Amino acid sequence: MIKLIGLVPLFPLIGFLINGFFGKKMSKSLSGGIACVSILASLIVSVLAFIELEHSANKSHVVTLFSWISADTLNIPFDFLYDPLSALFLLIITGIGFLIHVYSVGYMHDDAGFSRFFTYLNLFVFFMLLLVMGNNYLIMFVGWEGVGLCSYLLIGFWFKNTAYNDAARKAFIMNRIGDLGFLLGIILIFVTYGSISYGDVFAKAGVSSNAIVTSIALLLFIGAMGKSAQIPLYTWLPDAMAGPTPVSALIHAATMVTAGIYMIVRSNVFYSISEVASETVAIVGVATALFAATIGLLQNDIKKILAYSTVSQLGLMFLGLGVGAYSSSVFHVTTHAFFKALLFLGAGSVIHAMGGEQDVRKMGGLKGKIKITYITMLLGTIAISGLPPFSGFFSKDEILAHVYEHSKILWFLGMVTSMLTAFYMFRMLFLTFFGTFRGTHEQEHHLHESPKSMTIPLMVLATLSVVGGVLGLPEFWGQTNWIGEHLSPIILHKDPSTLSHETEWTLMGLAVASAAAVIYFAHSMFITNGVLPVAGEDKMKPWQKLVYNKYYVDELYDTVIRKPLDAVSKAFYKFFDLQIIDGIVNGVGAAVKGTGSVVRLLQTGNIGFYVVSMVVGVVLILLFKFIL
Amino acid sequence: MLTGLLIVLPLVAALLVFLTKGNTARSLALVASVAEFALSLFVFFQFKNDPTANTLSLNCTWVQSMGIKFAVGLDGISLLLVLLTTFLVPLIILSSFKNEYHKPNAFYGLILVMQMALVGVFTANDGFLFYVFWELALIPIYFICLLWGGDDRGKITLKFFIYTLSGSLFMLIGLIYLYSHTGYGSGIRSWAINDLYTAGRSLNVDQQSAVFWMIFLAFAIKMPIFPLHTWQPDTYVVAPTQGTMLLSGIMLKMGTFGVIKWLLPIAPLALEKWGGTAILLSTIGIIYASCIAIAQKDFKRLIAYSSIAHVGLISAGILSANQQGVQGAVIQMLSHGVNVVGLFLIADILLRHTGTRDIDKLGGIRNMNGQFSVLFLIILLGSVALPLTNGFIGEFLLLNGVYQYSAYMAAFAGLSVILGAVYMLRGYQKIMLGEKPSTGIEFGSLATSDKVVLITICAVIIAFGVYPKPLNDLAEPAVKALLSNMK
Repeated sequence: MIKLIGLVPLFPLIGFLINGFFGKKMSKSLSGGIACVSILASLIVSVLAFIELEHSANKSHVVTLFSWISADTLNIPFDFLYDPLSALFLLIITGIGFLIHVYSVGYMHDDAGFSRFFTYLNLFVFFMLLLVMGNNYLIMFVGWEGVGLCSYLLIGFWFKNTAYNDAARKAFIMNRIGDLGFLLGIILIFVTYGSISYGDVFAKAGVSSNAIVTSIALLLFIGAMGKSAQIPLYTWLPDAMAGPTPVSALIHAATMVTAGIYMIVRSNVFYSISEVASETVAIVGVATALFAATIGLLQNDIKKILAYSTVSQLGLMFLGLGVGAYSSSVFHVTTHAFFKALLFLGAGSVIHAMGGEQDVRKMGGLKGKIKITYITMLLGTIAISGLPPFSGFFSKDEILAHVYEHSKILWFLGMVTSMLTAFYMFRMLFLTFFGTFRGTHEQEHHLHESPKSMTIPLMVLATLSVVGGVLGLPEFWGQTNWIGEHLSPIILHKDPSTLSHETEWTLMGLAVASAAAVIYFAHSMFITNGVLPVAGEDKMKPWQKLVYNKYYVDELYDTVIRKPLDAVSKAFYKFFDLQIIDGIVNGVGAAVKGTGSVVRLLQTGNIGFYVVSMVVGVVLILLFKFIL
Repeated sequence: MLTGLLIVLPLVAALLVFLTKGNTARSLALVASVAEFALSLFVFFQFKNDPTANTLSLNCTWVQSMGIKFAVGLDGISLLLVLLTTFLVPLIILSSFKNEYHKPNAFYGLILVMQMALVGVFTANDGFLFYVFWELALIPIYFICLLWGGDDRGKITLKFFIYTLSGSLFMLIGLIYLYSHTGYGSGIRSWAINDLYTAGRSLNVDQQSAVFWMIFLAFAIKMPIFPLHTWQPDTYVVAPTQGTMLLSGIMLKMGTFGVIKWLLPIAPLALEKWGGTAILLSTIGIIYASCIAIAQKDFKRLIAYSSIAHVGLISAGILSANQQGVQGAVIQMLSHGVNVVGLFLIADILLRHTGTRDIDKLGGIRNMNGQFSVLFLIILLGSVALPLTNGFIGEFLLLNGVYQYSAYMAAFAGLSVILGAVYMLRGYQKIMLGEKPSTGIEFGSLATSDKVVLITICAVIIAFGVYPKPLNDLAEPAVKALLSNMK
């Protein structure tokens, strides 16, 4: 099957083409069916190939399709790499992707753009697969920008709404800022190593100077900041919630936004060499994790809460990468894909039941009305909050243990983030499902559980969120950490944990105790005391207002970047181009014309004048000669 | 011989078209241009079999006493540009089918004369002949703009004419200077391209610098390079759509092609001394024009400025004089040519359907014609160089080339990656997305001729983005040979 690994991206591509060309003429069930089957086919191939890889001694397979770009020493083939890392990502992408496709058939059923939605969604899966399957940086870049395009198309899926279109454009442009860094990084890799294929590059990475490796690692990280929504390029992700909810689950939580983590794990050789780059990744990660978590505390839109949570969780993964815990971060990518996809899809089910309402202030008491949604979301919430034995507990704990070894301060900040996470997640859960219903009568009347196509994916994901921890059981429990073992061939530098068992148990106990305490606090606040978020901004305390308005970062960017750019553009055009440069050009023209009109007057046609000037001329020449 | 035929065919067709009347003119012009494209494909396959075949080139004496020859031939680069020309001209003619032009025989005849001159420029192997074709190309486009252009065309076309003509005169002086240095030892003067190369390289750095700036001036105006660009936006906007397409799609490549073939190998020392300055100007132009494009309301003018930005990167890549830069420039010249014709057709379609190109007065077209919006989007993506579109291959190679010259310059030039997305997506959103403007516009289905042109262009954008090998196979060895010539 590994030889046929090219089929994995091919199926979604075929699905995209069929739906793209004929989707409008097909029935909804056919259109949705083709989209789902294409992903299912990829999933099956991915699973079969995965089994083959597990039983094979050779852990790295290259499949070359054709020579893509060739310019003298620069040769870029269009080729795929199938190794433990890409194999794992293929499973996540096609597995979660398939579930979300199925869910979407129910969720998007009444939408006029049904087949268009699946066209985009299949195209997204195609590009996401290219991103993780490429055997060189440029193929990764193809997937990288391709998923950016699909993200743009899907955020602005309801294209009549200007706010949604603005959000889509913002996402594309912010990602492009990161992409420029990535592109320059690729070029520097080529200039340094004469190749951009992973194998060639990593083999030579140790030879180049530390400064160059640092530059490469930082340039690549700029790309990761854009795609994985890290400070300062994170503000597009919360706005991206304008897209349909399955999109938020698939693209803006489970897969695309983890591309930055994939990239750094893939390039771990560079980050192992460059301490500066690793430290930068860790600091940006922890800052983002903490910053976004605080914003999450006071949001009232159920999808925005989850969006900031995603930004924060991604920050935690980068923190792990920064301290060299590559496989732990991939572990967290995996469990996060389970529970965050679940939470988004659950939120979609809530929104579906509420007739489009997203404000948690207008929900409440839903647990009896939409039971499956409630139970699955409860499981997801526990998983993300880090209570054992749910999946999030293991992956987060593994990251934090590594961070503790590296730096106590970073560990403390990571712990604070986890506590904030537990708080805002349970706040969301309590406000949505407990207490009394706060919506309109009409909404209450219409409350209903979602169809099976939506609830079954929820149940599957909930199961994965609960048991997903077995993928990476702690080594100090005497268990094998499967993900760690699995990824070990592609990770250059592994430092085994030096923590004593006592310390590990203490850290684990602290994490669980603090999460439990926070949940108890949230319970007493929102259930026992029935606290509700304040309705209007005018009733907020200043700090609440600041947090609620996301620290005014969007406004800051608007003032510091967008408005000056607009002003510069206008000034360049109206003043510099039309007045100065063109003024000079026209001035030269006018000068020539002016001189001409003066000189023209000498041509009077009067013979006498000519004779006189001739005589004067001759005299002048003679005088000139005489003087010399 | 075959190259000569490529020049003669459009000329003969032009004469026939002048003699016809009404709609026969455009049909005949279309047939002739398709025949020319077929002939160029035939030439392409001949060239693939044997690039040095005698049947391809033509070399006969023109003015014996002055060493002028009618010498035309092909290398990989010129063949690609000939193919670009012969591919675009039928599309340009087809794109005019929904416009009514008075005196169609003159209009289409001039387009074919233009094609003849362009093929001549790209294939000339004699300095004098190159100059003749260079100037010859200006005449038909001048009349196309002057006779069928929009408001204020008299003043604007005159400015365009004088501006480019005066640049060309400097080039003529430079070429004559080179000519006067040919025949070292033998005493026999010659305009042959290789003799001019030898003459140029025999000069000292100051002499080369003088030649460099004189010739570069002509090319820089044609492209145009900042700050010599102010004729361009007005001319592009005022010209009839087909004129704009000829100017931007093909004619500006005369400038970039000129730098590659008629400047780099002639003045390597001057390039070392002055290349940085020229690259700096090109790079400033990229950012400057991109910023101005953001401030545009007229979609046609927006494309005009974006074209200045694109050509700035092409020029910077050429002047960095390495394999990736120059090859990227060749590939990007083709992509830009195809994409910009698509964009100007879109501007024309907007005007025809809604009566305006003002992006503030448009909106909601996505909802009225989904097919058009998809085609528009694909061309836009080619223009912003998304991977797997034709625009990306060239852009990646170009940035790579510029990076090898200077990392900072590449980072600066790379800002166009971001700014391009800013102005293009903004334009797309305002025109296509959102709700219909309150003034109310209607947008029905596309005319067949428009559809054929747009679909062809989109197919090329994706085909060569995914599989650029046929283009690179031609460009790679030709650029390599050219660069080895510089040493």
